[in-house]
Amino acid sequence: MNALILATENVNVAQNIAFGIIAAVMIFAAFSVVTTKNVVHAALYLVVVLAGVAAQYILAAAEFVAVSQVMVYIGAVMVLFLFGIMLTRAQIGKEEGLNNKGWQLGIPVALLLFGLMAYVIVDTYEDTVIGDRTPFSTEGIADQVLSPFLVPFLAISFVLLAAAIGAIVLARKD
Amino acid sequence: MLAVNFLLLAAVLFCIGVFGVIARRNAVMVLMSIELILNAVNLNLVAFALMNNNQEGQVFALYVIAIAAAEVGVGLAMVLMIYRNRKSIALDELSEMKG
Repeated sequence: MNALILATENVNVAQNIAFGIIAAVMIFAAFSVVTTKNVVHAALYLVVVLAGVAAQYILAAAEFVAVSQVMVYIGAVMVLFLFGIMLTRAQIGKEEGLNNKGWQLGIPVALLLFGLMAYVIVDTYEDTVIGDRTPFSTEGIADQVLSPFLVPFLAISFVLLAAAIGAIVLARKD
Repeated sequence: MLAVNFLLLAAVLFCIGVFGVIARRNAVMVLMSIELILNAVNLNLVAFALMNNNQEGQVFALYVIAIAAAEVGVGLAMVLMIYRNRKSIALDELSEMKG
């Protein structure tokens, strides 16, 4: 059970420290997203979580995914969320009644789920060390997307088209 | 870097997202919690790509990002429509279909 001890062989210390700091910030921000009483603050904390995820992608040698994360999530999805908050006229400042009546039920569910997943993960990958790899290239992603995953790629294009048209039809005034 | 680090972080994010989906009453907040869950899954996919030295995981993560963008677009359009019809986006008031 030396899995959670940082100083094992073949482990990059700087990478681990960066991971730990970013992970702590992310967990704090994610917790704030689900507990804050202010809808706009929740959206801004969500930006912190998404930026943290992008930083973890860079630590995991996935630069292209990190850039996509920043552009799609922080750029586009957050603007959508802020517009959604604005158009549904959320109160400025603290708001009561953001939680369900039986919201306490979520605590045991989340804790049980985490206990189960943590047990399985630690049991399976206890001592798996991710060593230094040759860095992935964006070219490799292009090769994957445009040859073996071409059909899902086209399918996703149609899904996005259908979602865009559907969103326009749903949000139209008449 | 230990594989457990990434996977445990993703598990924590996932559970916080599940808590948010259960606890929140405001539809926009529920959508935000769903984004947390999707990001946890993406983090797992990228970590597995790194672990197996195989870029397919990153391709999956990109596809999940695309699906998440579509999902949030349609979801917010639905929330806006519900707000326009009912002047409220509290999810527990949407009970017309209850038998």
